[in-house]
Amino acid sequence: MNTEIFGVIAMFVITVLLAIPLGRYIGKVYNGDKTWLDFIFNPVDNLFFKAGGIKPEKEMTWQQSMVALLVINLVWFLLSMLVLMSMSWLPLNPDGNPSMTPDLAFNTTVSFVANTNLQHYSGETGVSYLGQLLLMFFQFVSAGTGMAACAVVFKAIKEKSTQNPGNFYNYFIKSCTRILLPLSIVVAIILMFNGTPMTFKGKDQFISMQGDTVNVSRGPAAAMIAIKQLGTNGGGYFGVNSAHPFENPNYFTNMVENICIILIPAALIFALGYMLKRKRFTWIVFGIMTLGFLLLVIPSIYNEKHGSTAVGKMGILQSHGSTEGKEVRFGAAASAYWGISTTVTSNGSVNAMHDSFTPLTGMFAMLGMMINSFYGGVGVGFLNFYIFIIIAVFISGLMVGRTPEFMGKKIEAKEIKIASIIALLHPFLILVGTAIASRLYAHDPTAYAGWLNNPGNHGFSEMLYEFTSSSANNGSGFEGLGDNTPFWNIACGTVMLLARFLPIIGPVAIAGILAKKKYVPESAGTLKTDTSTFGIMVFAVIFIVAALSFFPALALGPISEFFGMR
Amino acid sequence: MKQHFFPALRLTLICIVVFMGLYTLLIWVVAQAASGGGKGETVSVNNKVVGYKLEGQSFTDDKYFNSRPSACGFNAAGSGASNKGPSNPDYLKEVQNRIDTFMVHNPFVKKEDIPSELVTASGSGLDPDLSPQGAYVQVPRIAKTRNISEEKIKALVAQQIQKPLLGLFGPGKVNLLQLNIELDKLK
Repeated sequence: MNTEIFGVIAMFVITVLLAIPLGRYIGKVYNGDKTWLDFIFNPVDNLFFKAGGIKPEKEMTWQQSMVALLVINLVWFLLSMLVLMSMSWLPLNPDGNPSMTPDLAFNTTVSFVANTNLQHYSGETGVSYLGQLLLMFFQFVSAGTGMAACAVVFKAIKEKSTQNPGNFYNYFIKSCTRILLPLSIVVAIILMFNGTPMTFKGKDQFISMQGDTVNVSRGPAAAMIAIKQLGTNGGGYFGVNSAHPFENPNYFTNMVENICIILIPAALIFALGYMLKRKRFTWIVFGIMTLGFLLLVIPSIYNEKHGSTAVGKMGILQSHGSTEGKEVRFGAAASAYWGISTTVTSNGSVNAMHDSFTPLTGMFAMLGMMINSFYGGVGVGFLNFYIFIIIAVFISGLMVGRTPEFMGKKIEAKEIKIASIIALLHPFLILVGTAIASRLYAHDPTAYAGWLNNPGNHGFSEMLYEFTSSSANNGSGFEGLGDNTPFWNIACGTVMLLARFLPIIGPVAIAGILAKKKYVPESAGTLKTDTSTFGIMVFAVIFIVAALSFFPALALGPISEFFGMR
Repeated sequence: MKQHFFPALRLTLICIVVFMGLYTLLIWVVAQAASGGGKGETVSVNNKVVGYKLEGQSFTDDKYFNSRPSACGFNAAGSGASNKGPSNPDYLKEVQNRIDTFMVHNPFVKKEDIPSELVTASGSGLDPDLSPQGAYVQVPRIAKTRNISEEKIKALVAQQIQKPLLGLFGPGKVNLLQLNIELDKLK
């Protein structure tokens, strides 16, 4: 055991230890129970309710909640397009950065409103400080949106029979003020005291020891980095994200930032457990997610620490593993751990370049996004998992000849139809997108020569990764892809849009429909959902539906590359 | 639809005030108490700023400990990585060239002792560190160029090594800027 492995284990243990009490707290917030922070947040929330003209106690049906969600997202979309396309002459632009082209603004807007944070621009040169702060605002509210949708589902599962699973605005505001804001303040302060900048001054200039003139980008970074880690946003302040020494100064900040990636997604599982008062069920869900996560992360750490086979053949020392695209202060193990943390959740921030990972680590990162529900994005991760639960209940119900029931509600044709459509949407968007891009490239490689940074199977992986990342609302990339072109901006923007809102509406609809149904008390004929057998069943469904649909594509990309290098 | 439009508009406004305005302001105020005042901490030699404490800079001269290759040429106004895939033949040729160049500049070093980080580009293009091995392997060259005994320089490297966090977590490393500043002070 060495210190790199200890560091990784410590990160995981601390994440779980923090997620349990945080989950309890989140459960209380969504339940409307008293917490010790009420004395600050009651007046704050009242301010929001008053300013927004909202009555938080007014019940909403699930349809009303969804309309409210879509309308406010539309407002954000318009606002963002407006600012991003005109920021060059708006205030707070000391470096004189340009406005975005319409297609790039569309991509960036969708990307941030949809909690994806795919970036086809570079922070230092592509946006003004005002633009950065606006994008940071979206990092709060898009995370809050996902959590609010998740809260609606929690409430719908909890109530025995109801038309009104809670008020969207209420959940949304409380998610932002009571969960995201205080955590962000703490994390931002930790980062600043480790050297992350938070200033409105423009670029600085100095002469280096060898006599080169160096310009240094700075800006109000600490505030944004905190929320991008916590809200599974991932959109970095600087171009290279958390590999940048300002964005992630040392191993300690790396631990803090990496813990933040999984913290809220994991805590939400415990929040559900608190709200439902079902400990066993919580641990089964958490257990499946953790098992999936470990199955991806352990081989990735092994691969990266083992080093690149091609570089190994040159006869140099690889005691620090594969080092291309990685930073010395994090090392191979923590880079691989981050790579998987950020892809199983829909975070998408990076501390090492995924394009330069060894082939199989690149594949595990893609698998994390293809499955998209081992912890998953804030709120939406559980929604994806919920879809798999519904399908697993249905299949196992049929297998053993029992009525498919979940939490005392019969699952019928309508719910299964919705669940199937949502489960198939993800592979559909990824595979069709990649197929179109591959066809374009293969048909005329000279015209699209700027697209790929690497030849052969790896080039295919770059395109596959981009669509996977868009559809998983992840935002990381095989960044060698020349992606700031109208094709990629519009194609990825469209995929992100569909892959954000349909998988929110679907699960909420299922939960809403189930909530209206008559409650059937558990009997001997009920399929138990809090046993490890059922856990294995869910895992099998995830593996079959999510992982196997992608196997052919993965075989063309990373798997071929792996065998080609041996 | 209509009944949700005005609440959405008003809610967006108050959210902008709080999350974009007040939150940023609060963090900015606290930043004034951090070292460097949130503007980034600089390192000076003889009252002249020679770099930022966290950001790497290019060292290519034989008399200095050399930095890792950077895909963006240590351009701190726009970070960047190579994003080369592990099987890319052009990339592998480049790495081989870097090894050959290193061997020319360090004829006393055996190939199997060159740590890979010295011939592969970093993630940010601004990596401020080397692994301890990455520094030690350059000692004979620097000793010869500067005409200082190897022992003295090795002792300096040993003194500059930063242990893992709490001695337990993460890799050990050496900050290159600090190391080279101290190196210039050696006689």
